[in-house]
Amino acid sequence: MDYLFHSLGDNAVIIELGEDINLETHQKVNMVTTLFDEQPFEWMIEYVPAFTTVTVFYDPLKISDFSSYTLPYDYVCGQLKSLLESLKIGEFSSERIVEIPVCYEGELGPDLEYVAEYNGLTPEEVIHIHSSGDYLVYMIGFAPGFPYIGGMSEKIATPRRESPRLKIPAGSVGIAGKQTGIYPIETPGGWQLIGRTPIKLFRPDDKSPSLLKAGDKIRFKPITIEEYKQWKENVSGKNH
Amino acid sequence: MVKIIKPGLLTTIQDLGRYGFQKFGVIVSGVMDSLSHRIANLLVGNEENAPTLEITMVGPVIEFERDTLISICGGDLSPSIDGKFVPLWRPVFVKKGSQLRFGQCKAGCRSYLAVAGGFDVPRVMGSASTYLRAGIGGFKGRPLKTGDELKLSPPNNRSVQMIHDFSTKIGDQKFVATKWSVSTEFIPISNKIPSIRVIKGRQYQLFSKESQKSFFREPFEITTQSDRMGYRLKGSVLSLTSTEEMISEAVNFGTIQVPPDGNPIVLLADRQTTGGYPKIGQVATVDLPYIAQLKPGDKIKFVEVSHEEAQRLYLEREREIQQLKRALSIKWKGEM
Repeated sequence: MDYLFHSLGDNAVIIELGEDINLETHQKVNMVTTLFDEQPFEWMIEYVPAFTTVTVFYDPLKISDFSSYTLPYDYVCGQLKSLLESLKIGEFSSERIVEIPVCYEGELGPDLEYVAEYNGLTPEEVIHIHSSGDYLVYMIGFAPGFPYIGGMSEKIATPRRESPRLKIPAGSVGIAGKQTGIYPIETPGGWQLIGRTPIKLFRPDDKSPSLLKAGDKIRFKPITIEEYKQWKENVSGKNH
Repeated sequence: MVKIIKPGLLTTIQDLGRYGFQKFGVIVSGVMDSLSHRIANLLVGNEENAPTLEITMVGPVIEFERDTLISICGGDLSPSIDGKFVPLWRPVFVKKGSQLRFGQCKAGCRSYLAVAGGFDVPRVMGSASTYLRAGIGGFKGRPLKTGDELKLSPPNNRSVQMIHDFSTKIGDQKFVATKWSVSTEFIPISNKIPSIRVIKGRQYQLFSKESQKSFFREPFEITTQSDRMGYRLKGSVLSLTSTEEMISEAVNFGTIQVPPDGNPIVLLADRQTTGGYPKIGQVATVDLPYIAQLKPGDKIKFVEVSHEEAQRLYLEREREIQQLKRALSIKWKGEM
């Protein structure tokens, strides 16, 4: 497997696995993180996967305890090198498919009309295109549980709003350029909002605090406002 | 228990951070100045990671509901009890019913208050740190407010012994402090413009020769658009020679990134997990506490350090802290 190392300060190293955002690089990223999960290094604090990189945060002090003559960075690169060179690119299948119910109606999708108009479509066509795509979660970042999703049809691509909203409710589903995404917590943001999901993407009390992880495939399933409310009630019922 | 009479500008519970969840977009959070936090904990006999109060520029008024041992390290925000100045960087025994208040911000910007045993708050994803934006961790996921009552975890044996020892000496004073304090080499505050050591970043070469030069030569000023997430700096405008689109990737505490407007941002404790701006540099870990103690209007200078040297400094600092730990345990044995 081809790779490059770049230091990110005195306690982290970026492993670069490709130059462009594509499926092949994404699969390499997935292979590396799967291996880290299976055989964690004791000096590793955590890793952060992204589109083309996996960044490894390490504890220089721990490394100096068992390898006091080597620079911690050199030691880490040496260990990662032997791991990466043993990896063979093969078929990597992550078949976890997560279905995300989305209500595209009324005030839950305030920019749906605009997205339709911008692309010369009807709102129904936008919903159909958005909910029939196959999507892939490339990485989680920006906010807790926020998925960077690839695979949206360019037919509904729409630029960001000129002035961002100060508050976007949790669960909002939006479009920014050629990307679609879901806001896990209330934040400011400039995405065009076309719907909202009743499910929680960020669950701080769960063992895995993010519903989605890099490598997941997702599908959006349109639901009615009644179903949305029903779902919301069930969710809050479970919590109390 | 301690009671918050006045909350101050931004007083939060923090520890050394929430690790292992950045891959889910959960930020690290934690103290801005880890050196002052760690030392404050060591001075009261706690583990280095015990939750402390991070106090920002305008401090709170706090009442202690039982005899306890505290230590205040970091910025000097003029702490006092009963009108008497409470010295920093040492253990201080405080009598039940005393009110600790903070005043003028004399040096630095963030003070850390450690209490023997530490503040007793639930751990969320393994950490007591307050994650303000997501509203989790710390005390109810938010900054402290008037009327909040914070529970304390039981002090360990060493702290109990220290509390007992002090309580026999206090007489009718409200508090008593040791005569000794931590060596000044540990204090991350200087009255000159601090020279912050920086390793060249991954995209350093993409900046124009002029920008590369001025980055390491001209001072920058901390602007008012600065918080726990990052400091926006003002100074020479830095420009790239090419405008190729960057792909988002992980960032670190102390990453210096440059958005299209050319004004650098130093990412700090509440940074997002990933970023897509070019990285001109990375602050050496040993110098992060100096940055954390700067406030808007303060100036800063960057000097280049090699990656090897930064790692050497990192290990040296850790050894100094180990030595401090040993010195403290000898001191306590001697005094008891």
